Amino acid sequence: MADGQAHNPDDRSFTFNFGPQHPAAHGVLRMVVEMDGEIVERVDPHIGLLHRGTEKLIEYKTYLQALPYFDRLDYVAPMNQEHAYCLAIEKLLGLEVPRRASLIRVLYSEIGRISNHILNITTQAMDVGALTPITWGFEEREKLCVFYERACGSRMHAAYFRPGGVHQDLPPELLDDILKFCDEFLPVCDDMEGLLTDNRIFKQRNCDVGVVSVQDALDWGFSGVMVRGSGMAWDLRRAQPYECYNELDFKIPVGKHGDCYDRYVCRMEEMRESVKIIRQCIELMEPGPVLAKSSKIAPPRRGEMKRSMEALIHHFKLYTEGFKVPAGETYTAVEAPKGEFGVYLVSDGTNRPYRLKIRAPGFPHLHAMDYLSKGHQLADVSAILGSLDIVFGEIDR
Amino acid sequence: MEQFLGWTENPILLVLLSLGQILLVTVVLLLAIAFLLYFDRKVLAGTMLRKGPNVVGPFGLFQSFADFGKFVLKEMIIPAGANKTVFMIAPILATTLSLICWAVVPIAPGWVVSDLNVGVLYLLAMSSLGVYGVIMAGWASNSKYPFLGGLRSAAQMVSYEVSIGFVLVTVILLSGSMNLTTIVESQTGGFWNWYAFKLPTIIVMFPMMVIFFISALAETNRPPFDLPEAESELVAGYQVEYSGTPFLLIYLGEQIAITLMCAMTSVLFLGGWHSPVGDLGLFNENTLAGLLGTGTFESLIGAFWFALKVTFVFFMFAFVRALVPRYRYDQLMRLGWKIFLPTSLVAVLLISGFVVYTNAAAA
Repeated sequence: MADGQAHNPDDRSFTFNFGPQHPAAHGVLRMVVEMDGEIVERVDPHIGLLHRGTEKLIEYKTYLQALPYFDRLDYVAPMNQEHAYCLAIEKLLGLEVPRRASLIRVLYSEIGRISNHILNITTQAMDVGALTPITWGFEEREKLCVFYERACGSRMHAAYFRPGGVHQDLPPELLDDILKFCDEFLPVCDDMEGLLTDNRIFKQRNCDVGVVSVQDALDWGFSGVMVRGSGMAWDLRRAQPYECYNELDFKIPVGKHGDCYDRYVCRMEEMRESVKIIRQCIELMEPGPVLAKSSKIAPPRRGEMKRSMEALIHHFKLYTEGFKVPAGETYTAVEAPKGEFGVYLVSDGTNRPYRLKIRAPGFPHLHAMDYLSKGHQLADVSAILGSLDIVFGEIDR
Repeated sequence: MEQFLGWTENPILLVLLSLGQILLVTVVLLLAIAFLLYFDRKVLAGTMLRKGPNVVGPFGLFQSFADFGKFVLKEMIIPAGANKTVFMIAPILATTLSLICWAVVPIAPGWVVSDLNVGVLYLLAMSSLGVYGVIMAGWASNSKYPFLGGLRSAAQMVSYEVSIGFVLVTVILLSGSMNLTTIVESQTGGFWNWYAFKLPTIIVMFPMMVIFFISALAETNRPPFDLPEAESELVAGYQVEYSGTPFLLIYLGEQIAITLMCAMTSVLFLGGWHSPVGDLGLFNENTLAGLLGTGTFESLIGAFWFALKVTFVFFMFAFVRALVPRYRYDQLMRLGWKIFLPTSLVAVLLISGFVVYTNAAAA
């Protein structure tokens, strides 16, 4: 019916379920797809299959207890979510983060970005049928998971960033190993690009597919690569620098056409930029505390707890009652790998958030699925979905 | 295998002998495919920096047999809404049709089940029928993904059949025969006489081999043309509803068809059973030839070269799968109809002109 003919009630379009158990649905997405032959007429995403009520649950937890929920939003780059939450609390508390903690946070945010982009690029390749990049990429991603583990003991659900800094200092040799990874990672990037960037079929499948103009991006509330792929250099790390991003030297890759291919190239370049940022962080790293020391936010040192009754009480109070945050509200956002991840936090002065709204970047992107896919072919639906960078942990919350 | 039939006139014995040959070819073929499958998976694994099957038997060599056992022992599920008869006939058809193609493939001098004088035509007919297995499977499942997969494969296999046909015509023109044994015999004496490399037709025939190879990929639904079973779109396409032995048959039929296409490539373009460098002076009294008789020895060596070439082409099939993404439906059609068809048509013209010219010059 693309050419504007009147709809004939006798010819039924072909309707089927794309998901919730579909190899290219990126989790538990169910899309009702209406097709006319191979042409997609309507895509209707049905979400909520992974809904856990995170925002409501957080209202019943202390500020510290709510933190691990953020790992479970976008579980591909967990620490970036924690970052937004911690920044929001620190803003209300007026808390200064020690230099070393700040650098560690940036370091791990960028590790998260690489880890996210590896997953996205390779699964996008898999969505258009290239099977090999994912195994190459995951070899590297595995190393990043190990860096997570060495910093905080967990490969995925880190709970490492805390209000006031990070939970613990990095083990001694970790920074050298991360530096070594930086050297080894770039050739792997080249290898993956060798399979994809100039591959004719990959280009044919991605160029001019799912085109997003700058105006579209603004209208639909896109952020992150979805905006940058269309040629707008919008990056919160630059636009409203947080942490120590304003001291660091990095570029913001932008695309031209806003199609799936440009988004792929942007992500590829962003990984290289992240490597640059990681290198700078390690260079700037200096010894020092990793948690705001003076405040009541940080737990006392173990040794102190053995000697001082006050410290023991403080420790007990911190992990049971938690700390109080002054009344007020804030919207704090970070540039998560998928786009602008924001936390709108309302505090009523108690030890629990009064309301916490999470702005997940994937949600508006998925929202536009129908708009982007209309008139394309069925094969393009999975290509577009792949390039949107969807993770259901954050969309369904 | 005509040479073995000479010693008896008894019709019953002849029939039994024929059956024996068919059985032999089938068993050897299936065994070969078991290991080719293993090879396929190893190549894919190697490219992906994985280990691949390495548990069943030494180096995982018996993986295919374990898979076979698994499929046979599993329950076969027939969906409630399916057309039971067609649903069950489809996999049988798929396997049978790809298996009977092998009747005319010359493995070594004299080693062919049926030395048809229209072998190429027979092959074309049988492999075209192969699409029925897929369409029937897709339709009879009465399910959405298989239906789409079946439709896609119908369009796809028919489209690429056309360019395969024209490529075959070029070879037929050059060899002057539709008999596959004759086609192989006309490429004797080293790789410079193979149709893919023979001067001066190499300019046309080498690209024709490439087109044949790519069309063969499309014909057998291998990546980058695996649209009928595209995982990221149709989950598994027309195979979605199949399980157990019927699935095994579909899978087997596909693999036999792939191996057949490898064999076809080597027969048509790579000299079939011929060694790439002539006979190396092996055929004299002092070697194994003296012991076994020249004929048998020649056949053995021929079978070896043939197997080697088939394996090489199969390696290309496996490698392609690891490296390329999948075409979209319209791009696939464009490639088939707008690029391969005109190219192969022009090639037919050029080759027929060449043949007429050289024949005239000779006469």
